[in-house]
Amino acid sequence: MKDKSWKPWVLLSPSLTAIFFLLVIPICFVIVYSFWLRAPSGADIPAFQFGNYAKFFDDFFYPSILLSTLRVAFETVILCLVFGYIPAYFFYKTRSRFKPFLMLLVMLPFWISFIIRTLSWINILGDSGLINHLLLKFHVISSPLAMLYNEGAVIMGLLQYLLPFMILNIYVSLDGIDKSLTEAAKSLGCTEWQAFKEVTLPLSLPGVSAGCLLVFVLTCGTYLPPMILGGPGNEMIANLIFKRIIGTLDWPFGSAISVLLMVLLMVIVYTYNRYMGINQIFKTLSNES
Amino acid sequence: MIRLFTLLVYVWMFTPIIAVIILSFNPQQFGSFPMEGFSFKWFVKLSHNSTILDAFKNSLVLGSCTAVLSTAFGVPAAMAFIRYEFRGKQFLNTLLIAPIMIPEVVLGVALLLFIRWLQQPKSFALLLIGHVVLTLPYVLLIVQARLVGIKKEYEEAALSLGANPFQTFKEITFPLLAPAIFAGMLFSFTISFDDVTATLFWATAQNQTVPVKIFGMLRNSVSPEINALGTVMIILTVSTPFLAGYLSRRFASGK
Repeated sequence: MKDKSWKPWVLLSPSLTAIFFLLVIPICFVIVYSFWLRAPSGADIPAFQFGNYAKFFDDFFYPSILLSTLRVAFETVILCLVFGYIPAYFFYKTRSRFKPFLMLLVMLPFWISFIIRTLSWINILGDSGLINHLLLKFHVISSPLAMLYNEGAVIMGLLQYLLPFMILNIYVSLDGIDKSLTEAAKSLGCTEWQAFKEVTLPLSLPGVSAGCLLVFVLTCGTYLPPMILGGPGNEMIANLIFKRIIGTLDWPFGSAISVLLMVLLMVIVYTYNRYMGINQIFKTLSNES
Repeated sequence: MIRLFTLLVYVWMFTPIIAVIILSFNPQQFGSFPMEGFSFKWFVKLSHNSTILDAFKNSLVLGSCTAVLSTAFGVPAAMAFIRYEFRGKQFLNTLLIAPIMIPEVVLGVALLLFIRWLQQPKSFALLLIGHVVLTLPYVLLIVQARLVGIKKEYEEAALSLGANPFQTFKEITFPLLAPAIFAGMLFSFTISFDDVTATLFWATAQNQTVPVKIFGMLRNSVSPEINALGTVMIILTVSTPFLAGYLSRRFASGK
């Protein structure tokens, strides 16, 4: 047999080259830049010092944004879980002939622009949005309720963005469960609820945890919902990065925040991988098409 | 109970989107309720706005190039991972899928920083390579998932009957893999067409995509024009998978 060990490398070389030059090296640059100094003139000076990190933890301003990012991410995960599990369970149970159509509808938001889905909430929650319009029309209230530009509105936008990810992850996991297991549990005297609690729920946990991780990671890395739907107090860590890089062109400090965000998420993903295995997420993502 | 709850989730998910579509037909100056008639006025106005048309053209070209490049890179890599055994396979697979797990903001910063260090201006090429990095993992996952299901024996049979590896790919593997390649391209196109988080870092006034343009317009307020543009985007991106599904079924049954 001929030695064909070079073959996979030929096939891999284009994408490996691309990822190496366009991902690995640029990320190294971010790490290197995070140690640089910024001259008062705005120029970047090569250096090795931890000033940018010290600045982040200097007073309570930046850490509090980090904490509120984690809080918002946590709240989003919990809400996604509640609003995602029940529809996923419905798909698993239903024998409706509309099931493929309903599944398609869940996927539909993937195809709709993120920015449009985010700004669409202004039409619902704004002073002259749908809710205020209806409430005013039926004289429930006399002046519009302020529902935009707060944390609730930001979470609405995030939920809209992330719920399909959660539903699909849970559904893929539920779909893999042998239905005869719940039948067996019921024939042995379990009620519907007990069968769910003792059999279905534990077996769906891989999908649940994969969905939670994905939602958490994606929430931590986004800045649009806070920017469009949030007020000045609802900034998240990604907004800080955006402002430093695009707004004040403070590359070293922006890089340092990026590194902190990356490290934080890496710790979370690593811990998760350690206990749950990351492959569940990839399995679901490859099913989304 | 479960059914009712699911219904409510659907209502909640789609009300804002439907509101955008309805409001885009509102002739009123402000993009908000109440509806005061029905008109195509804002769509007509959009079609006369040259910067928006440019952004559309940019987005379409960018999305198509991204789709072609991503699949051109992703398909061979997927073949390597599924068909061959080699050292460091697991690690390299993780590396190629890594962009999914890295926050998009960081990807945006990283590539921009690199380009700045190379002293290159922001350009269309930057958008293109950025979008290829963003979409490559999805192509890889989709093609790999399909490739696992294609039996290696078919290819081996072709090879033993005297076909060279290239012929084998062209005649056997590619036709079997085509749906996944097509899905990968479609997915890349949509991701590229919709992306805003990383693209905002890379775009310039000359090289805008539609979402970046919408972001710029939004700074003032939600105008009815944004709703109209949103409607066009929704119809375009939603009809793509349906149209693709319809066409592929037609081709499949046509012969």
